[in-house]
Amino acid sequence: MIGVNRNGQVWVFAEQHHGKLEDTGLELMSKAKELAKTLNVQLGVVLVGSNIKTLGQTLVRYGADVVYLADHPLLEHYQTNSYTKVIFDLIHKYEPQICLFGATVTGRDLAPRIASATKAGLTADCTDLQIGEHQAGKDGPVHKNLLFQVRPAFGGNIIATIINYDRWPQMATVREGVMAMPVPDTSRKGEIIEIQVHLKADELPLEIIKEHRQDKKVNLKASRIIVAGGAGVGSKENFRLVWDLANALGGAPGATRAAIDLGFIDRDHQVGQTGTTVRPSLYIAVGISGAIQHQAGMQDSAKIIAINNDPEAPILSLAHYKIIGDLNDVVPRMIKAVKERA
Amino acid sequence: MSYNCVVLIKQVPDTKRITGQAMNEDGTVNRAALPAIFNPEDLNALEMAIQIKDKFGGKVTVVTMGLPAAGRVLRESLFRGADDGVLVTDRRAAASDTLATSYILSCAVKKFNPDIVLCGRQAIDGDTAQVGPQCAEKLGMGQVTCVEELIDLKGKSVTARRATGHGWQEVRCKLPALLTVVDTANEPRVSGGKRLMKYKNARTPAEVAVETKAANAGADETTLKKLTEEACNKLKAKGLLIKQWDLDMIEADLKWCGRDGSPTKVHRIQSVVLTAKESKSVDPGEDGIRSMIRELIVDKTIA
Ligand SMILES: Cc1cc2nc3c(=O)[nH]c(=O)nc-3n(C[C@H](O)[C@H](O)[C@H](O)COP(=O)(O)OP(=O)(O)OC[C@H]3O[C@@H](n4cnc5c(N)ncnc54)[C@H](O)[C@@H]3O)c2cc1C
Ligand SMILES: Cc1cc2nc3c(=O)[nH]c(=O)nc-3n(C[C@H](O)[C@H](O)[C@H](O)COP(=O)(O)OP(=O)(O)OC[C@H]3O[C@@H](n4cnc5c(N)ncnc54)[C@H](O)[C@@H]3O)c2cc1C
Repeated sequence: MIGVNRNGQVWVFAEQHHGKLEDTGLELMSKAKELAKTLNVQLGVVLVGSNIKTLGQTLVRYGADVVYLADHPLLEHYQTNSYTKVIFDLIHKYEPQICLFGATVTGRDLAPRIASATKAGLTADCTDLQIGEHQAGKDGPVHKNLLFQVRPAFGGNIIATIINYDRWPQMATVREGVMAMPVPDTSRKGEIIEIQVHLKADELPLEIIKEHRQDKKVNLKASRIIVAGGAGVGSKENFRLVWDLANALGGAPGATRAAIDLGFIDRDHQVGQTGTTVRPSLYIAVGISGAIQHQAGMQDSAKIIAINNDPEAPILSLAHYKIIGDLNDVVPRMIKAVKERA
Repeated sequence: MSYNCVVLIKQVPDTKRITGQAMNEDGTVNRAALPAIFNPEDLNALEMAIQIKDKFGGKVTVVTMGLPAAGRVLRESLFRGADDGVLVTDRRAAASDTLATSYILSCAVKKFNPDIVLCGRQAIDGDTAQVGPQCAEKLGMGQVTCVEELIDLKGKSVTARRATGHGWQEVRCKLPALLTVVDTANEPRVSGGKRLMKYKNARTPAEVAVETKAANAGADETTLKKLTEEACNKLKAKGLLIKQWDLDMIEADLKWCGRDGSPTKVHRIQSVVLTAKESKSVDPGEDGIRSMIRELIVDKTIA
C-alpha cells in the first residue's frame, strides 16, 4: 500500500499481446490524459513484454508523457505472477495516484492480483471516471480531487460511484469501448524509462502449452450503424432480414444473447453486458425485449429504433423511434425505403 | 493421487428477477425483496470439484462467507456431492469490499490446506470477478481464471483451457492453484435423491438458533440458549451440524476485515432508469417507415 500522493502520476497499463497493443489500453489513455490534466500531473503508461521497445514511441504518440518499459524474455507471454511482480515494484517505486487497466480478460486477471498485493482498493469494470470531492460523513473531512469510479453492479440494475480516499493508488478496471480512441500525434515527445527486470523461470507457476487466437469476425465497436436481432426474429433463416437491413445501411449485425443461444448468429455479434458495449450513431433493435443486460451494452447509442410487436417491451421506453408491429412486415419495408432512399 | 478441493460459494440475490418492487425509494436495491440463490457460476465450480473427486478421489469442502441464511447454499452443496461445508459469519465482516472479503476467505481456506481452490468467475450481485484472483494472491497460489475445461491433473500440476477474450489458452499450473470457472465449463448436476434425504436436516448453529426461537415463542434467553445447544449436539452426533466460524476462529486480523479493511467506499448509488429523451411512435405501415427513414437521411444519421 502507498499513502495519498497528490503529486503522483496517472497511470495506464498498456496491454499488448505478440507485440500488438490492445485498443482498450489506448482508449483508456484518452480518458487518463483528461484526468491527468485536471490533476495537473503527467500521464504514465506501463508497457510490459518482450521485444516491445518500438511500442514505447507509439505510446508517446498516443499521449503518454512517460512510458515505463519492462522488456524481458520471460515477459513474452502474459502471466499473472510475473506481470504482477513487475508492476507491483513499479507502483512502490514511483507511487502513482491512479492506476487504470482495461477491463479485458487479462486486465481483470492482473489488476486484482496487484491490488491484493498492494493492499489497495480496486473498482471493477467502470464505465466512467471523473474527478470529484467526497465528504466522509456529515462533519467528516472533505477529500478533494478524488477519482470517482462509476460502475454498474447488480446485473446492471444500479450504478455505483466508488471512491478510495486513504489507501492509494486509486485502482480501477475500465470497460472496453466506453472511451473514444485518441488520435496519434507523431510530433509528440515523451520520456521512455527502461526498467530492470529480475525474474527467474522457476518462480513462475504457469506454463502456456497452446494458444489459439481468434480475432472477432466483426468489429461492432467501429460500426456507425448496428442492426441487432433478438429471439423475436424466430429462426436462423429469418435472421437474413437483420443481415439485409444491416447491409442496406452499411452497418453491422448485432444480436442478443438469447438470439445467439438459439444459434441465429455467431457469439462475436453479442451486444450487452457480457458481449460488446457499443455506442453507434444508430442502433436498430429488431425483436429484442430490452433486458437490462442487453441495455447495458447499447443504451448510449445516439439514436435507437425499436421494432417490437409487444407494446410493453422495455426496449421501447429506450427508443427514439418506436415501431409497434411485426418485424416480418416492418423490416422489409425499411429495407425497401432505404434502398429507394425514401 | 487424490486431491483436496475447496470451493468458494456465495449466496446472491437473483438479480435477473429485479422488478420495480425490488427497488427502494432512494434508488437502492431492496435485497430482501429478491429471492436468494446459489451464485450461478459457483455451481459450475462445485461441479468441477465433484468431478475431480469422482475421477481422482479426495475431498470437496465448500466455504461461504455471509449471513446465517447462507446455510442454504451449503446444504445445497451437500445435496449435490460436497463432503463438508463451513459458514463464515461475523458482524465485523460486514461492509467488506473484495480486498477484505478475499482476506477473510483466505484465512478460512488456509485451515483446509487444499491442493485446488475453485471459485466462480463472477458473482451476479457485486459483479467484480475480483475475489478469486485476490484470494489466490493472499494464499500465495498460482491462478487460472476463466477456466472452460479442466483437461488433466497429474501429480502436482493441473492442465486447463481458459478463455482469453480473443480465443483460448491451454495452460499448466503448479499446485496448489486457484481456478475461476465460467458457466460454459460444465452442466451442474442436480441434487441426488439419496443425498437429499441424508442432508436435508443439516443445519448451521445460526439456523438452529433461529428455528429454536421460532418453535419456542416466549421462552427466555437462557432457556433458548440451552435448547439451541441441545439441538446442535443432537445434530452433531448425526454428522449433520454444519461448521460455523467467526473471525476469531479463523485467526483473522481485524484490521484487514470489514469496513476498516476495505479501501473502496461507496460515494453514491443510483438505480438505472433508462428512457430516451424524445421519443416518437412510428406507424408500422409503408408511409410511416418512409418518413422515418427520410428524417434519418436528413439529419445525416443514415448516409
Ligand atoms: C454496488 C456495489 C458495487 C461494488 N463494487 C465494488 C468494487 O468495485 N470493488 C470492490 O472491491 N468491491 C466492490 N463491492 C463489494 C463487493 O461486492 C463485495 O466485497 C462482495 O462480497 C464480493 O465481491 P463480488 O460479489 O463482486 O464477487 P466476485 O469477485 O464477482 O466473486 C467471484 C467468486 O468469488 C467467490 N466469492 C465471492 N464472494 C464470496 C463470499 N462472500 N463467500 C464465498 N465465496 C465468495 C465466489 O466463488 C464467486 O463466484 C461492491 C458492492 C456493491 C453492492
Ligand atoms: C449474467 C447475464 C449476462 C447477460 N448478458 C447479456 C448480454 O451481454 N447481451 C444480451 O443481449 N443479453 C444478455 N443476457 C440475457 C438477457 O437477460 C436476456 O435474456 C436477453 O437479452 C433477451 O434477448 P431477446 O430480447 O432477444 O429475447 P426475448 O427477451 O425473448 O425477447 C424477444 C422479443 O421479441 C419480440 N417479438 C417476438 N416476435 C416478434 C415479431 N414477430 N415482431 C416483432 N417483435 C417480436 C417479443 O415481443 C420480445 O420482446 C444476460 C443474462 C445474464 C443473466
